Amino acid sequence: MFRQASRLLGRSSRPPRVRAMCTEVPANSNKDSAFVEAWKKVSPTMEPPHTPSTYMEPRPPTPSSLPSKLTVNFVLPYSSQLSGKEVDMVMVPATTGQMGVLPGHVPTIAELKPGVLSVHEGSDVTKYFVSSGFAFIHANSVADIVAVEAVPIDQIDASLVQKGLAEFTQKLSSATTDLEKAEAQIGVDVHSALNSTITG
Amino acid sequence: MASNAAAPFWRAAGMTYITYSNICANLVRNCLKEPYKTEAISRERVHFAVSKWAEGKPEKPNVICVSA
Repeated sequence: MFRQASRLLGRSSRPPRVRAMCTEVPANSNKDSAFVEAWKKVSPTMEPPHTPSTYMEPRPPTPSSLPSKLTVNFVLPYSSQLSGKEVDMVMVPATTGQMGVLPGHVPTIAELKPGVLSVHEGSDVTKYFVSSGFAFIHANSVADIVAVEAVPIDQIDASLVQKGLAEFTQKLSSATTDLEKAEAQIGVDVHSALNSTITG
Repeated sequence: MASNAAAPFWRAAGMTYITYSNICANLVRNCLKEPYKTEAISRERVHFAVSKWAEGKPEKPNVICVSA
């Protein structure tokens, strides 16, 4: 009967959980203390069940000194490109302009525009073209980058980019409704970004 | 503060962020070199089988293919 007692005793002293998607760094535990309290009121004899957050690894706390490396998680809907990789810097194509993220960056959420995401690791630079997405930069030098589509830049076909650019420039001039204009403008933006990626 | 910020052009045209990002992603997929292009496009393909339920039996299913 007392087999679980040590676990139960250890649990009550932990700090509360913080929401997962915010840029604040969650405390070092994933147990929802409010839930545990409520559970104890309803059924004092039964131990609280494990919730999905219990199984999630807690984020590392914000170190007091500046870390030398930035931890990057880069995910797409169908694959995980970088998972907890330690790099020197990432350059993200934010809507406000190219943004270099170094260790100890101020916590930010940035919307991404079509453009180049480059990951700098010493002298190695890995470049991806991202279509759109978001970058979440946390206070503990962890950056989460989420994109809908991202490809290594050597997989881009230059002739198709030129063709697309010409097609959408023409569509932009012939578009009549606001929606058509916006669609053509997106086409021009994406193809120009692709074009500048492969030419320079 | 956020409400005063200028909306992007696609938002002003009545598009949602999902629509916008999907259009962007599609355009990028269409500009890939060959083995990657077919792979990326086929990854986005979705099939639905819709059939109406009539008199206790499902009717002949209507297969809808959406290539994003």
